[in-house]
Amino acid sequence: MPSTHSVLVVGVGGQGVVLAGNILADVALAAGFDVKKSEVHGMSKRGGIVFSHVRYGAAVHSPLIGGGEADALVALEWAEGLRWRSYLRPDGVFVSGTAQIVPPAAHLDHRRWARAYPAFDRAVLADHRGPVHTVDALGVARNAGSASLTNTVLLGVLAVYLEFPHDVWEETIVRHVPARTAEMNVRAFREGLALGRAPMKLEPARSAPMKSAPARRPAAEVEITAAWCKGCDICVRVCPEHCLRLNDRAIAEVADAAACTGCRLCEYLCPDFAVTVRRRTAAAPAGTP
Amino acid sequence: MSATAPARRVLLGNQAVARGAYEAGVTVAAGYPGTPSTEILEALARYEGVYVEWSSNEKVALDVALGASLGGARALAAMKHVGVNVAADTLLSAAYTGVGAGLVVVSADDPGMHSSQNEQDNRLYARFAGIPLLEPADSAEAKAFTAAAFELSEAYDTPVLLRTTTRISHGSGVVEIGERRRPARRGFRRDPAKYVMLPAHARARHPILLDRLDRLAEEANTSPLNAVELRDPRIGVITSGIAAQYVRDALPEASVLRLGFSFPPPLRCIRDFAAAVDRLFVVEELEPIVEDALRAAGLRVEGKAYFPRTGELTPDLVREGFVRAGVLTAAASPPVPAVRAMPRPPVLCPGCPHTVPFMALRQLGAAVAGDIGCYTLAALPPLAAIDTTLAMGSSIGMAIGLARSGAPGGPVVAALGDSTFLHSGMSALLDAVYNRTPITVLILDNGTTAMTGGQPHPATGRTIRGDEATRTDLVALCRALGVEWIRVVDPYDIGATHRALEAAVAYPGVSVVITNRPCVEAPVKIRRPPFTVAGEACNACQACMAMGCPALLWTDESYEGRFKVSIDPALCSGCAICPQLCPTGAIVMSPREPAPRGRDGASADA
Repeated sequence: MPSTHSVLVVGVGGQGVVLAGNILADVALAAGFDVKKSEVHGMSKRGGIVFSHVRYGAAVHSPLIGGGEADALVALEWAEGLRWRSYLRPDGVFVSGTAQIVPPAAHLDHRRWARAYPAFDRAVLADHRGPVHTVDALGVARNAGSASLTNTVLLGVLAVYLEFPHDVWEETIVRHVPARTAEMNVRAFREGLALGRAPMKLEPARSAPMKSAPARRPAAEVEITAAWCKGCDICVRVCPEHCLRLNDRAIAEVADAAACTGCRLCEYLCPDFAVTVRRRTAAAPAGTP
Repeated sequence: MSATAPARRVLLGNQAVARGAYEAGVTVAAGYPGTPSTEILEALARYEGVYVEWSSNEKVALDVALGASLGGARALAAMKHVGVNVAADTLLSAAYTGVGAGLVVVSADDPGMHSSQNEQDNRLYARFAGIPLLEPADSAEAKAFTAAAFELSEAYDTPVLLRTTTRISHGSGVVEIGERRRPARRGFRRDPAKYVMLPAHARARHPILLDRLDRLAEEANTSPLNAVELRDPRIGVITSGIAAQYVRDALPEASVLRLGFSFPPPLRCIRDFAAAVDRLFVVEELEPIVEDALRAAGLRVEGKAYFPRTGELTPDLVREGFVRAGVLTAAASPPVPAVRAMPRPPVLCPGCPHTVPFMALRQLGAAVAGDIGCYTLAALPPLAAIDTTLAMGSSIGMAIGLARSGAPGGPVVAALGDSTFLHSGMSALLDAVYNRTPITVLILDNGTTAMTGGQPHPATGRTIRGDEATRTDLVALCRALGVEWIRVVDPYDIGATHRALEAAVAYPGVSVVITNRPCVEAPVKIRRPPFTVAGEACNACQACMAMGCPALLWTDESYEGRFKVSIDPALCSGCAICPQLCPTGAIVMSPREPAPRGRDGASADA
């Protein structure tokens, strides 16, 4: 082992990544180590990517972990674990919750309906040489009293692989959390310890694997009978894809035909029956990843 | 901090700066929230015996700190790098006046732009203003250097720039906790020739400033803040700040000169170091400031040829630079498979009151000059409703210019938050009124400075310590500025918001629309019972998805080839916006949950 140990905690804003990093740093301090930690606050908190680099040893210089240098990676969210995996040593400890937080940005492709999110699949970690724990930390946390204990559960799994005494962990956790949640945090930590000690097995995903695309792709054409349109603007306003506009004679027209998903809101809501949506049911294969 | 606190604690760099200032007897501290500087004042506000304020902007903050310094109290002003631009007017002349008691200006830079609009290197301000520059490299130094900065400020009668970066400010390290030095009250000494910058006085002060710089360079040459570590004489590295830590890890055997007191550059110290090594490198984040200074001094150095000038340095980039320089051999690249990048940009929160106004602006086809705040995220799809974002308070002035350019065919709207409006937007609104430029100003009043974590401001009605304060009335303020058309609207009411903005852009003069819902995250989390999607009624039209709400997700079910939508009850704030968008009435209250009070959110029509 190198003289400086590195643990990377990652997740999504609001999951408690920073608190988990703080607890680990204080545990290392209590064990007599020098410790440094790095994270980023601010804009990333708004549902974005959150990470906490924790390094401890006799004398720590860089607070940041280099690529392939983390001794352990703790992911509070599945896709974030995959994102940061390149920071983990090939034989490092991979601990990930199976929670999947799909960001709004994953739902923007309304043409191919491709969901930009890696579905839960433990097989992608099959080539990892170190220990791998994928645990339903969210479920365990809920059983222990609250979904917000996910970070504590995963710290419990991590603690199996670090040399710190478990009572130091528990004292530190209690110092960092609100008094009324202290007991359930200790419970969650112990549940995590048990999961970390148990033989690693393939845990089922929290939800069924997500489909990447519906079987049939939408394909539709909007026809507007200009003579019936009185320019009320309703169709323009309701179109979720912003396909339509009023032309300079205040008659609705198609501005972006390719963006039409065939939802028919314009047709349903036109007071003058001036809009017709014709579906072209093209049987397209679903195979978009 | 209680007296029983352990002597060694893990502190954020920002908390360490605050601790250092506290122990140095700081009496007045002022700033404006800005990532990554915000926690400095928040930490200081937890100490007794220090007057701490959120100022209305950074220039005011520095004026307050300078005034306190002239009044004989040690003072600190803290801001992010772009905040120093706002305060620069004061800073450059404060270098002429000098100080009373110690004055430390903390600039928290953001290389890599984690939460900023640019990555300017504020070390240049030290040279520009002619003031000393200290650059801590971790939390322990952040505390020690802050205390040293006060001493230096008083010894040389100058403001001192303490420059951190995100990795220092938001990095943590072990700090020894000490005692507070009793603040010495020097009192205010009248000295117009020094403090009244009439041209005649200022002319006399400029040579004093230059002489002071010469003396400071001499101080820097022997300062313990510049640490020479002679090891292997073949490679010498001059570095500062966080880069020093990466260098230490990448080249543990190399000789290193760590510049903690880097301006004025300690050239004699640097020459001695250069003479002791065969090959001399400079590793510095962003601009080649030290490198250029060394070249100008006739030294042979290598630097930006190997290390990037943009973005943050990282341990990997420093190592790779030394590999390219032939100092290190390339490590076997880690055999970890690359994963397809999944985008996860920051987003507006579920229930964010900024969402609907931007949907309305997009419908209006308005040219939208945006500003600095959470709402800048409305520039991203699916809202995609902001055309420009530049600097704090710039939206209104830019909207005036856009309108005067004659270019946009449609209406011109400036959109900015309440805190940004009070920071520097209101002077531009005055300009619009004064010069009769017909623009619409949308003030997104959520009662807080949300982006930086919910700091109070003059229209919040609280101080940084949570004490009650005079609450600025935005409507009365706009009226006093001369705006005749003002409407306050509930941004959770889609129809009302659309109608208000339509009427505003139709008004032939300056119009102001103010939204009035509080931030759902700060100061308190606002949660109502979540909504749910009656799956059989959803026709997957995606109307609700146009909000970009994180609680709205695609299910695995589809309708006519489009994914149906569900609501994550753990994320839904119960704001009742999406039910107004749903044309099929599929979004309903969760069964078994009591109805939220005061609002019928189930009307299907916008």
